Amino acid sequence: MKLKLILADGTEFIGDSFGYHPTEESCLGEVVFNTSMTGYQEILSDPSYCDQMVVMTYPLIGNYGVNRDDFESLTPALKALIVREHCEEPNNWRNETKLSELLTHFKIPAIQGIDTRQLTRIIRMHGSMKAIIVSEKTDKSKYKELLAQNLGNDQIARVSTQKPAHHPGDGHRIVLVDYGYKKNILKSLLKRKCDVIVVPYNTSFEEITRYHPDGILLSNGPGDPKDIPETLETIRKIQERYPLFCICMGHQVFALANGADTEKMKFGHRGANHPVLDLKTEKVFITSQNHGYAVKSESIAKTHLEITQINLNDKTVEGLKHKKYPAFSVQYHPEANPGPDDTHWLFDEFLESVFKNEVARAKV
Amino acid sequence: MPKYKDINRVLVIGSGPIIIGQAAEFDYSGTQAVQALKEAGLEVILINSNPATIMTDSDIADKVYIEPLTKDFLLKVLYLERPDGVIPTLGGQTALNLAMELAEDGFFERENIKLLGCDPDVIRKAEDRLLFRNVLESIGEPFCESVIVSNLSDAKVFADRIGYPLVIRPAFTLGGTGGGHVHSETELEAIVKSGLQNSPIKQVLVEKSIAGYKEIEYEVMRDEKDNAIIICNMENIDPVGVHTGDSIVVAPSQTLSDREYQLLRNSSLKIIRTLGIKGGCNVQLALDPHSYKYFVIEVNPRVSRSSALASKATGYPIAKIAAKIAVGFTLDEMINPITKTSYACFEPTLDYVVTKIPRWPFDKFVTANRKLGTQMKATGEVMAIGRNLEESMLKAVRSLEIGTHHLELEKLKTYSKEELLKALDLIDDERLFVLAEALRKGITPEVIVAKTKIDMFFVQKIFNIVKMENKLTTENLTPELMLKAKRIGITDRKIASLKKIKEDEVFDFRLKNKIIPVYKMIDTCASEFASTTPYYYSTYEVENEVSASSKKKIIVLGSGPIRIGQGIEFDYATVHAVQAIREMGLEAIIINSNPETVSTDFNISDRLYFEPLYIEDIYHIILQEKPEGVIVQFGGQTAINLAEPLSKKGVKILGTTLENIDRSEDRKKFEALLKDLHIAQPMGVTARSSEEALQRAKEIGFPVIIRPSYVIGGRAMQIVYGDTDLLHYMKSAVHVNPEHPVLIDRYMIGKELEVDAICDGQDVIIPGIMEHIEKAGVHSGDSIAVYPPQSIEKKILDELVETTIKISKALETKGLINIQFILSNDKLYVLEVNPRSSRTVPFLSKVTKIPMAKIATKFILGETIKSLKLKSGLQPDQALVSVKAPVFSFAKLVDVDIALGPEMKSTGEVMGRDHTFEKALYKSLLAAGIKIPQFGTILVTVADKDKDEAVQLMKRYYRLGFKFLATAGTAKALREAKLPVREVRKIHESTPNLLDEVRSGHAQLVINTLSKGKDVASDGFQVRRAAVESGVHCLTSLDTTSALIKALENHNYGVEPLES
Repeated sequence: MKLKLILADGTEFIGDSFGYHPTEESCLGEVVFNTSMTGYQEILSDPSYCDQMVVMTYPLIGNYGVNRDDFESLTPALKALIVREHCEEPNNWRNETKLSELLTHFKIPAIQGIDTRQLTRIIRMHGSMKAIIVSEKTDKSKYKELLAQNLGNDQIARVSTQKPAHHPGDGHRIVLVDYGYKKNILKSLLKRKCDVIVVPYNTSFEEITRYHPDGILLSNGPGDPKDIPETLETIRKIQERYPLFCICMGHQVFALANGADTEKMKFGHRGANHPVLDLKTEKVFITSQNHGYAVKSESIAKTHLEITQINLNDKTVEGLKHKKYPAFSVQYHPEANPGPDDTHWLFDEFLESVFKNEVARAKV
Repeated sequence: MPKYKDINRVLVIGSGPIIIGQAAEFDYSGTQAVQALKEAGLEVILINSNPATIMTDSDIADKVYIEPLTKDFLLKVLYLERPDGVIPTLGGQTALNLAMELAEDGFFERENIKLLGCDPDVIRKAEDRLLFRNVLESIGEPFCESVIVSNLSDAKVFADRIGYPLVIRPAFTLGGTGGGHVHSETELEAIVKSGLQNSPIKQVLVEKSIAGYKEIEYEVMRDEKDNAIIICNMENIDPVGVHTGDSIVVAPSQTLSDREYQLLRNSSLKIIRTLGIKGGCNVQLALDPHSYKYFVIEVNPRVSRSSALASKATGYPIAKIAAKIAVGFTLDEMINPITKTSYACFEPTLDYVVTKIPRWPFDKFVTANRKLGTQMKATGEVMAIGRNLEESMLKAVRSLEIGTHHLELEKLKTYSKEELLKALDLIDDERLFVLAEALRKGITPEVIVAKTKIDMFFVQKIFNIVKMENKLTTENLTPELMLKAKRIGITDRKIASLKKIKEDEVFDFRLKNKIIPVYKMIDTCASEFASTTPYYYSTYEVENEVSASSKKKIIVLGSGPIRIGQGIEFDYATVHAVQAIREMGLEAIIINSNPETVSTDFNISDRLYFEPLYIEDIYHIILQEKPEGVIVQFGGQTAINLAEPLSKKGVKILGTTLENIDRSEDRKKFEALLKDLHIAQPMGVTARSSEEALQRAKEIGFPVIIRPSYVIGGRAMQIVYGDTDLLHYMKSAVHVNPEHPVLIDRYMIGKELEVDAICDGQDVIIPGIMEHIEKAGVHSGDSIAVYPPQSIEKKILDELVETTIKISKALETKGLINIQFILSNDKLYVLEVNPRSSRTVPFLSKVTKIPMAKIATKFILGETIKSLKLKSGLQPDQALVSVKAPVFSFAKLVDVDIALGPEMKSTGEVMGRDHTFEKALYKSLLAAGIKIPQFGTILVTVADKDKDEAVQLMKRYYRLGFKFLATAGTAKALREAKLPVREVRKIHESTPNLLDEVRSGHAQLVINTLSKGKDVASDGFQVRRAAVESGVHCLTSLDTTSALIKALENHNYGVEPLES
């Protein structure tokens, strides 16, 4: 069965459907590309892809199937997966099911057989854009109307947990504010023996304090950081009181809360090979990234923030820290999955600041 | 500006001659690195003994020494030049070992010369198995249980404890020489012994075998700031057990989940950091296909064959960056040379699939053991790029030039299911084809996986190809089906044969339905960054990324994989042709499939198409580029063979016309040509059946040289002395049929002479003439060649020049021409004319300082001797004598007779250059790696016809202090000449016999001219093999023996008593 992908600029692609096959309804999303050669399972289950159609630049996807362990959330949030070739006969010792079966199960449309490099080049040159996926039968005259639909700005609300959840551990208590967290952020904390409470994105400061946390982690999440202005005040209060570590969306709202600005990037950073330069050590780390917005570096000057890391290639802000409080952030994903875990030590650094804060508090 | 204030002049050590395990990849990386160092503001001095390289061109480094890569000569250059630093990590194991040798002596500290890009401690830790194991242990990285032994009994103790199978790896050897898998105590004994023999530090590693694990490689780079990145990971389709150089490899890894990818990535980075390597490094790992368990196999702390492959597979120039790191640059300050818009400190990402298939020499060495194991046997490799695995693999298959354009071998078609099942158990060069044939005959993927341990993923991909064949056979050829077939890389020819239609019909059908390939760019970043790198591959997609250029363009065809008979020399000429085209202001486009070479460096040409040298693929590029024409004369026989099919398609062949090429290659026409010109040639005939061959051979008289028509490098050529030999040859060596007759020539004994000339269609330049040391009968590629000739009368040389001019003119040659002569009883005969660049062009270009390929290209494009203000005729001799000596890889190839004959066997060449012939010869032999004994014992066993000559030569060896071992016949002859000889037993006699003498190191040189041929059981064969395997040099020609004594006499002082 064929499916059509129509970009906002009018470009049409026809490919073969290999996931859920929408017959009547259309699927609307923002098309973005990811350059990771492995890790499709993690990517498609990363809540940050909410409302996005992901093009994998590597042409063979699904080679090792889908396994029990590599999900970054229980329910994939992405709108569609676009690949050159889906593997019909996957093989890996952990393989449980084919990628196509997983996609069908979660009602995610998927297209294979299109020139994904051409699509990627369009996005690189013209920026990520809205697109629709429709069946061949859909009347062409409808495209315009369908593309005019709004994607909304409630992505975080949709992927964030509705109720707090407790993941017990013997160590520091960390409140993980869920903008759409990847499972491995939680795991990275649990591995370090933390006692983690995951809370909805809009949890109030008061409610957070009621958990008596030792530190706060703001997670990754989908969409525009400016969609959740209601959280900024909470963040300002948090950083005054608790050691704070922010990842991806967390990094962006942390910047906004401190008076910096964010902007939409042309096509974002999505992949497992982005070099980040640490300005203090002058060392470069290869990082896993997934973001379409970035903190404006010129907006930092008038804040109490300091740029700690930049992207080696386009010099965008990759890391910030607060000059007064033990609060810091990174734009990329130190929890990896997929991609390199060269920066997993950031979790240790965070917990160290948590520990120092405790010692300081004990002295007081 | 140089980064290190005190480093302004550096010496780069090259890798020397091409041998199995160390090939053209070091010309590619070396050339790139030298250019990078110059870019960094350094003065670069190079030492390399291999004249057939771009690296040793005078315009690459600031100063080039083509001298033997031995400690003595390296020291001479170092003392003369006094560089600030030495870079030994770009010249393979050869360079690294040399530098380590000097480091052990404390040379670098003593002389205050820095060893750059390499810390001897690091190298020791990476290469000494025990030290490396300690390093792994200290960082908790897993390694296979093993023991390092320096004697057999320790190996046995370990084997008793661990059990079989085990793998034996000698320390510090090229391509794992002397190692292997063993399944029993007998095998253990044999391989441990040869391993100890081969290891320069007399150590071997005995290790638990993990055959069946996935073999994964990571190419890693690190700088002095400790930035460390992965350039590329690669997965061997062949599981652990086959040397990675002999494995079919894909990039990136295909069957690894991100967890597994990162697990091994982390391990690789941890290792390079712990070792403290600055520059490039290759880490090989074995991953259990059923768990996260893995083992580190080994690291190569330098650029390697794998790094060359990774560079071509990703576009990331590893050698260039490694060279800059060696002189102080860091990854984060260097721009990615491909995109020019991003930095070198990142990890390339691919949006295509790369397949590498090794090219093995078994078509030449029919007796060789084809089994693949830990000892590398391939001479070269091909790489192919596609948007899916099938396409990439099929393109690689047709790049191999092994007589098939599809994943099938004619000989396997008749195999029954049972035979195929049996064949699947063999791990040899044909396994991939056996696998496909097995699937065709209904053997299930499960059975194949169980037998081969090849991952199901790959087997299924091959199955997809077979399924498509079935579809093509049974279904109607719709545009949809056609597109699907083309997308997975099936050729028009295969589609035509399955559909039983003409190939042209398939092509026309495609054209009508617009099913033609587009070209995509290799850009290191999956198009995330804008890039203008002119490096392309074809695929059946939508968007074409090659933008039409209005400039005049010339396409140059490369020479494909390195194989015996068609080596790096042709890549050298190809690169020069491209340079000349660009000098003339035209656009030069290269098509080639060899990842190891300079010609496939994207910086060389205006556009590089990394594509099979297969007519369909080439024609597509021609349709895309619409060039002025195609140059075929630099890419060896590969390119020449494409002249006719291209011409048939209406493509203009530039240079010597197809008709004239044919006149030199078609035997009948060639005979007629020489007759017209009144030029003599040895009497020859053609035969189309065994009976005819016998009759005609009798007519011209034995001995005869017999060979199939249209061959490269004298393949399957043999000297035949009588009826039985001849019939045996006809039965075993060739498939004779009316279309492919055999050629029979009278075997003439005489001096061989060779000339390369350049002709503009009217006038001829002859840069020089070469005289061969070995008599006719030894392939010219295996002979020692001397420039200028040393023993030829002027009258003969004049005649030779005249004949060369006559032939060149008669063939209206435009470009290069190579002519081989034989001087027999003072009469000159023409043996062979090759209307193309030859093996000797780089050598002759270097020694005469005449850039032959460049001039030839300019002639092809319309310049003339006059317009370029050159002088026609034979050019004056140079003051120095230059000797080109062949280099062999016999140690790697079991069951191959090392005796020189009409079939070429050498893999590489070296050059010796000095003021006298003797000195130049001595240097060339040293450079060839021959351990020349200054005194000691020579084991002599010669055929009866050679006895007199041998005795005369032995008298001279005796005077220098040699004594002799010989079997009865030869011993008698030596005794009669009053030479000191100890008689030894023949092989079939009781032990200790002659083999034992060789194996126990009682002889320092072996001279053997016995029973040449393919009979593996013959005494001569066994003695020669025993010599190779014991590391004793073996001479199989008295001409070489005579040359050697000349060199030795010149080098040594004899002693004589006073006459009383």
